Amino acid sequence: MVLNLEPISVERDLLAPGHRLCAGCAETIVVRQILHAVGEPVIVASSTGCLEVATSPYPYTSWRVPWIHSAFENAASTISGVETMYRALVKRGKIEDKGLKFVVFAGDGATYDIGLQFISGAMERGHRFLYVCLNNEAYMNTGIQRSSATPFGAWTTTSPVGKETPGKTQHRKDITAIFAAHNIPFVAQAAPHAWRDLMSKAKKAIAADGPSFINVIVPCQRGWRYAPGDTIELSRLAVDTCVWSLYEVVDGEWRLNYYPNPKKPVTDWLKSQGRFQHLLKPENKHVVDILQAEVDRQWTKLLERCKVS
Amino acid sequence: MINKKLDRKADIQILDGNHAAALGAKLSRVQVIAAYPITPQSPVTESLSEFVEGGDLHAEYIAVESEHSAMAVCTSASLVGARTFTATSSHGLAYMHEMLHWVAGTRLPVVLACVNRAIGAPWNVQNDQQDSISQRDTGWIQIYARNNQEILDSVIQAYKIAESVYVPVMVCYDGYILSHTEMPVDVPSQGDVDRFLPPYKPHAILDPANPRNYNLVTLANPRVNADGILCHGYMEIRYLLQEALQKSRETIINVGQEFGKLFARSYANMFWEDRLDDAEIVIVAMGSLAMEATVAVDMLREEGHRVGVLSLRVFRPFPKDYLIEALSKARLIVVFDKNISYGSEGATCSEIKSALYGNRINAVIRNFIVGLGGRDVKAREIADAVRKSLPSLEEGGPNIEYPEWICHM
Repeated sequence: MVLNLEPISVERDLLAPGHRLCAGCAETIVVRQILHAVGEPVIVASSTGCLEVATSPYPYTSWRVPWIHSAFENAASTISGVETMYRALVKRGKIEDKGLKFVVFAGDGATYDIGLQFISGAMERGHRFLYVCLNNEAYMNTGIQRSSATPFGAWTTTSPVGKETPGKTQHRKDITAIFAAHNIPFVAQAAPHAWRDLMSKAKKAIAADGPSFINVIVPCQRGWRYAPGDTIELSRLAVDTCVWSLYEVVDGEWRLNYYPNPKKPVTDWLKSQGRFQHLLKPENKHVVDILQAEVDRQWTKLLERCKVS
Repeated sequence: MINKKLDRKADIQILDGNHAAALGAKLSRVQVIAAYPITPQSPVTESLSEFVEGGDLHAEYIAVESEHSAMAVCTSASLVGARTFTATSSHGLAYMHEMLHWVAGTRLPVVLACVNRAIGAPWNVQNDQQDSISQRDTGWIQIYARNNQEILDSVIQAYKIAESVYVPVMVCYDGYILSHTEMPVDVPSQGDVDRFLPPYKPHAILDPANPRNYNLVTLANPRVNADGILCHGYMEIRYLLQEALQKSRETIINVGQEFGKLFARSYANMFWEDRLDDAEIVIVAMGSLAMEATVAVDMLREEGHRVGVLSLRVFRPFPKDYLIEALSKARLIVVFDKNISYGSEGATCSEIKSALYGNRINAVIRNFIVGLGGRDVKAREIADAVRKSLPSLEEGGPNIEYPEWICHM
């Protein structure tokens, strides 16, 4: 898929500037990339979260497309109702089929935790929509609490660093594989620095005949504790250390999209952010070892799935 | 009374309450149904999916994975302009609670059939009205049916009411007592229902040609928009919901009268009266219990007591002012509740007390909690409770502030 930056750069953004997200937030970068790839006409549903709160302070909005928010956990159910009714209207000849597209933007809390059932239900029912998880690895909107996307060892306000615990004591769950196991036509992981990869995935996802899912890592300067200007570098580092891998599962076939060479040690990742600083102390070396072993295990598993040797 | 406008003679079918509800939705030409099964509501969802599968109803049936999603789907489908329907009970309604608020707040005319069932713990699948009463503050209109005819008629009227005032409507009926009991129901023709209920014209729509946004973050205070217009704050929008419910009383009555004209079954008031004209003792009840109470009145009348029944049809909005005249001659009001606001009293009892305040009606009010978790309420027990309350009619008789329970305690 050929993607040329020049026409995109002059295209109107469907998410307008002037929103209230933090400087350096990766969410709007990703949302704009995806909406450029998907194009109009499109209807967007958002779950409660940073993006929703910061883009819709009534009577203002940053959304230039029809947009609906109905609760925290159920954006997938909400888009189900919209998609069903529009398809019914087209089927009955009440409106012209203009290739209307349906997209959900939700955070990792809404996706990995509270919304899992709702997404699973919508995918099983086969609604045609793209679900994008903007994954900043914690509940940032409520003040940096751990979610099941938070990595092992990370500090959050509910996985504090103390005498007893060195940050979060559980590994994150592999939600992308969980959605791949729903046997939907398109599932992928992406990152904002790899914009061409991200946008072509969004194009493939929206063209799929059924539900699709893209899990995008979105560095969060407030929650991860780094300088706002480093967002894109952190996105790159996540991929080069294999803590976040770029791949896609198309009709059940796993494909690796990027093989880091060299594969950097996880300590490079830990050094880059305040949320991992405690792990750099000598007494926490065993935690780093556990984390590196888990990253390696997941990477090996992914290579096997993608049949890469 | 013969109404010449009717398409044809009465079509009497033997239906249980669940089929009456499903048929009401079908005759209303619902376009999107999203439902999740729960005892004793399941036959509603089964009937509707059969109507859709069989091509008798041109609607989309979405078999969602939970009641929460059922209401989320109704919300968003309604925002695309669909006439939407769902049905649930008990824990299902409790699980929907969050979305009930969203639907009312978004001012969408969704209609829900609530098959009244007890809520755990202890675990119980039988009838009482704790489930819907617990949702009274969500901003929904609540209608209670006494029999299966009223279930069918109320579902059809519910759409007309909801689409006039942009407030969702819950049609409540007792689990098993009505849901699984067959009765003769006069089923109106599709043509007559179409005459009564025109297609839904949405006031809000998610449309790419006019990209509106719904359910934005709304602060407490009004704010000026980009055009310099002062827009409502959260409180103003909430005030408008209250105002809509307040004004809906008139709509409910008008719709009931119009329905009566066309179908020869009038719903001209928000409550039903049985022998209230000379009654000094008034039994207040809601749902099928009110039918049982009329049998108790037969017994008590034989004993020479001047008793009548006031049966609440609409619980939200509460028909406050409309009740006053009906209760003006009452000296003793005995309220039976199939629900309890723990630490206080039955919900309808509180409402009756509040309605009488400042209206110079000096009746003694006694409250009995009955029929929880499907405990049978016999006409004899209702009559006994009234007899037990008779000393309150005497000068200096007891005025018991808290509810009494008809159970073995």
